[in-house]
Amino acid sequence: MKVPLSWLKDFVEIDLPIEELAKRLTLAGLEVEEIKYIGLPMPKDSSQMKSSGLPWDREKFVIAEILEVMPHPNADRLVLVRLSDGKTEEIALTGAPNLFQFKGKGPLDKPLKVAYARQGARLYDGHKPGWILTTLKRTKIRGIESRSMVCSEKELGISEECEGIIVFDDDTPVGLPLVDFIGDAVFDIAITPNIARNANILGVAREVAALTGKKLKPPSYKVPWEGAPIKGRASVEIREPNLNPRFILGLIEDIEVKPSPYWVQLRLRLAGMRPINNIVDATNYAMLEIGEPLHAFDYDILCQRAGGKPPTIITRLPEPDERLTTLDEVERSLDEFSVLVADTAGALSIAGVMGGTETEVNQQTRNVLLEGAAWNFINIRQTIAAQKLSSEAAYRFSRGIHPAMAERGIRQCLSLMQQLAGGTIAKGLIDNYPSPPELITITITPTDVRRCLGINLSPSEMADILRRLEFSVDVDKENVRATVPDHRLDISQGVIGKADLMEEIARIYGYDRIPETQISDIIPPQYGNPTLEREEQLRDLLVSLGLQEVITYRLTSPEREARLFVDETPPDEQAYVRLANPISNSRIVMRHSLLASVLESVEQNNRVRDQIALFEIGPIYMAYAEKALPEELLRLIITLTGRRAPACWQDGDSNQMDFYDLKGLIASMFAAMHFESVRYQSAKHPVFHPGKCADVLLDDQLVGSMGELHPLVAERYGLSAPLLAADFNLDLIFNKMPTTYITEPVPIFPPALEDLAIVVDESIPAKEIEQVILRAGRPIVTELRLFDVYRGAQIGAGRKSLAYSLVYQASDRTLTDNEVAKIRKRILKALTQELEAELRS
Amino acid sequence: MLKRLDRIKAQALTNLESINDPAALQAWKVKYLGRSAELAEVLQDLPKASKEERPQIGRRANEVKNALVAAYEEQANTLHKKALAQSLVQEHLDVTLPGRPRLKGRLHPATQTLRQLFRIWAEMGFQIYHSREVETDEYNFGLLNMPAYHPARDMWDTFYTTRSGIILRTQTSPGQIHVMRERAPEPIRVILPGMCYRYEQISARSEIQFNQIEGLAIGHNITFADLKGTLMAFASRFFSQNAATRFRASHFPFTEPSAEMDVECFICGGEGCSVCKDTGWLEILGCGMVHPLVLQNGGYDPEEFSGFAFGMGPERMTMLKRQIHDIRYFWRNDLRFLEQF
Repeated sequence: MKVPLSWLKDFVEIDLPIEELAKRLTLAGLEVEEIKYIGLPMPKDSSQMKSSGLPWDREKFVIAEILEVMPHPNADRLVLVRLSDGKTEEIALTGAPNLFQFKGKGPLDKPLKVAYARQGARLYDGHKPGWILTTLKRTKIRGIESRSMVCSEKELGISEECEGIIVFDDDTPVGLPLVDFIGDAVFDIAITPNIARNANILGVAREVAALTGKKLKPPSYKVPWEGAPIKGRASVEIREPNLNPRFILGLIEDIEVKPSPYWVQLRLRLAGMRPINNIVDATNYAMLEIGEPLHAFDYDILCQRAGGKPPTIITRLPEPDERLTTLDEVERSLDEFSVLVADTAGALSIAGVMGGTETEVNQQTRNVLLEGAAWNFINIRQTIAAQKLSSEAAYRFSRGIHPAMAERGIRQCLSLMQQLAGGTIAKGLIDNYPSPPELITITITPTDVRRCLGINLSPSEMADILRRLEFSVDVDKENVRATVPDHRLDISQGVIGKADLMEEIARIYGYDRIPETQISDIIPPQYGNPTLEREEQLRDLLVSLGLQEVITYRLTSPEREARLFVDETPPDEQAYVRLANPISNSRIVMRHSLLASVLESVEQNNRVRDQIALFEIGPIYMAYAEKALPEELLRLIITLTGRRAPACWQDGDSNQMDFYDLKGLIASMFAAMHFESVRYQSAKHPVFHPGKCADVLLDDQLVGSMGELHPLVAERYGLSAPLLAADFNLDLIFNKMPTTYITEPVPIFPPALEDLAIVVDESIPAKEIEQVILRAGRPIVTELRLFDVYRGAQIGAGRKSLAYSLVYQASDRTLTDNEVAKIRKRILKALTQELEAELRS
Repeated sequence: MLKRLDRIKAQALTNLESINDPAALQAWKVKYLGRSAELAEVLQDLPKASKEERPQIGRRANEVKNALVAAYEEQANTLHKKALAQSLVQEHLDVTLPGRPRLKGRLHPATQTLRQLFRIWAEMGFQIYHSREVETDEYNFGLLNMPAYHPARDMWDTFYTTRSGIILRTQTSPGQIHVMRERAPEPIRVILPGMCYRYEQISARSEIQFNQIEGLAIGHNITFADLKGTLMAFASRFFSQNAATRFRASHFPFTEPSAEMDVECFICGGEGCSVCKDTGWLEILGCGMVHPLVLQNGGYDPEEFSGFAFGMGPERMTMLKRQIHDIRYFWRNDLRFLEQF
């Protein structure tokens, strides 16, 4: 909402500096997003507020009058103007098309009042796109010297209007510095839904009055009724009082449709609307001023449609298949819930949103029937959503306007039309008001204020604040009874109304004056969040293992996820959470696979890194037909690819990471989580390499899979090196994760260390050998580390040799060589018996 | 015999003096202290000596042995020091050569900021409550005082799912209702972190998914002044001890009175710059007193309980602190960005 300061001053005295006022409004919830200065000097300290503008030097920009418009001797598209600033006469050059009508007519009977800029003035170039500042210099155009000019609004930085110069109203005083006449500041205020009542000048003025303690000077709403009574010349029928609680008509006759005077045009432009003609401008001006959208009909067309009889305005829901061509020239098929303004011949406008073309005011209009109404805001919202249509009227009606405003609007507008377009106003209004809103009164006490805001206010202080906002207030000892004024619909009954009033009191009292305290209540019961704690511990653990955390988009597309499946179509047993209004086809569902998301990060970074080690912890979303809400399941993805060690100038391990890099990492992870039995079991999954994939089991429950991805999958993500990944179900892992663990004492006796190399059949998994050794060596063999695997001619085909370092340790003595030899023998015997292993010689 | 011992000693010590390398020293040790050294021979021959001489020779032999051992150790030590001194002079590195790089893991910047926020709020007694991302329209809007077609719904551009009444949460506030319904009538002090979604075009300034941290305190005596005090304490922890803050009236359907807290721009010190859009202030969070209807919907009697709530965006706060100009960096996961944290 753009609010010119000069317009505000019609309703409230303002003596604060502009920036200070903007700050006060901002703190009170009317956020001034920008101040645009029109000619006024900008404050030097422009901090704390975004501002823009062009200051007009008092000497160099003045009001002048054009005395005569003369042809340019050498250019048809230029004219010379003889003008006076009240003291001296000058000749200026201009190409303004709105002066051509006066060309060669000799001295003007009514001199034209214009904005005149002298040599040295800083202004915008009116002929170039954008906003380019220039300094007005003496120049010769086609042989005629020029050192001053008459200005358009664009050149002065008022608006983008550059077709023609400003022509002020006739009573404008010549010689006055321009800034004293139309210098202004325009606040651009963000209007949140709760203060929709302030989307107009009067509303903002009311806030200013309340905040500064000045008196609000509302309009008198007096109408110069001079014509014959309106009664009998039109009637109103409301068929849906819930959707249309009030409908009022006024009539003005014998008007002349023409452009509005400059002061009206200027205000409309400053407030962001385009002037059309005096009748339409009057409705817009009244709407901007007090907040009630109004609609002007050509009365004579309505009478014609009624067959020469007085028209009956009917508000109703559409007939089946009813259509209407609206002012934006679109023929619309009307939604069955959209309330319409119609007459006996058919629809006239989509109520509260946009009028129809047929009955709109045109150049020939003599008599105007003016509509002021109240509409159900939800119905208006539904309509603008369905019709994808918006307008200044719809913006306001869709946020709720009190029906009392309809009468004020129509009165204000009729007076203005008469002022701008002449004519006479028919006496009285046709007012159909079937559904007035309930009058709301709320009682609050100083205790309520203390309880909510933490401040002590007396009943009279509370009453004073509310009265400044036009509540009517009775104070009875501690009880402050406030009745809501009839320009707002945002205050409710009862306990909610109390909160509404607390906000009003806090805003006007000033948020900055409320003290800062600490909560005096005791700390509530503590529950903690064990899952999140585990999640965060795991993040730290993975980081300590050298992995970089990523966080990816949780929205994806089935096609993106299908990249994981090379040979077959992806398993589709579960439905996606699918968006009804996606922003693009590539973000259309909530993901099923965290792996697919993380691989996209690998793909992207592969171009800039030769070693990638990432993890992500995040949810996947599984929808079920029988459940309204999906399951959000926590997953962990780890991926590795590229060099084992970062490249270095010396001794770098440039080998590519493989299955066992990933396995070592995962083993460290589970060990740090204090899992005792983790099993890896050869497995096949379509995403993985058929020979390099394992399922991971905790207590015999599958908690995830790991391995090298299928080379074709890796290729799809742009990788030629082995791409390793693990995908874990964290809900399961966290469920099984030991909540606590105990430690063992550090041995005080020295261990005996020994290596043992055995040869077994290729088919025997390492894990079995390990188990046999540990079982046979129990409890003395405490550690076992594989340090070599060998295959080759020396041991024969189909065989492999594994070499282990063993730690023999007793907790209560130093082991003798004999003891160690005995255990070793036991281990070898078990290996031979159970696995047909041989000692490698 | 005694004379022989004296000679052994004198000869050994003389030889030792001229030894300069570890190998010669070892040889010396074998020669004079080894199993077949002359000294050992003397001791082996001891039984042959007369009864009277034996103790004397034995004593002297031990004295000689101890003296030789001590001399050996001293000489070994001297040689070691000498060798070390020599190698210290010779081993000179180019310290400007790069070190061997280590693969380093890091938390994502969003996680880092969330952690910092968790820590600060935990110290103020706010525990973490998790709630779901795919929500019902009722929890995301209806129960938060935004019935269908409420104008405030325009403030949130919502992703709807193909399932009627199911949306992606636009804010963490539905968690308020979840935690209240779970804990009523106990007092509450929690934060609700998590991913939220908005129907927006992805650009440098807007994202379709973003983290939010919502805070909620409910009790018998919680006031707007407490809200101010709590949030200012937070700002002094998160930004700086002297961070200036201001509270502006604002509007959120689920709080009343509502406010936005701004922090003085720490880039320009409040002078006005491009980051604060010339205002000198940075919008940090929205907050307010829990709306009575929301309290009721959560199972608390607004006549008996009051509370405050606030919500902030960790990514936005990270962007301000680290001067990140493009919000898309967060989920793009370019390691060249992530590795800067």
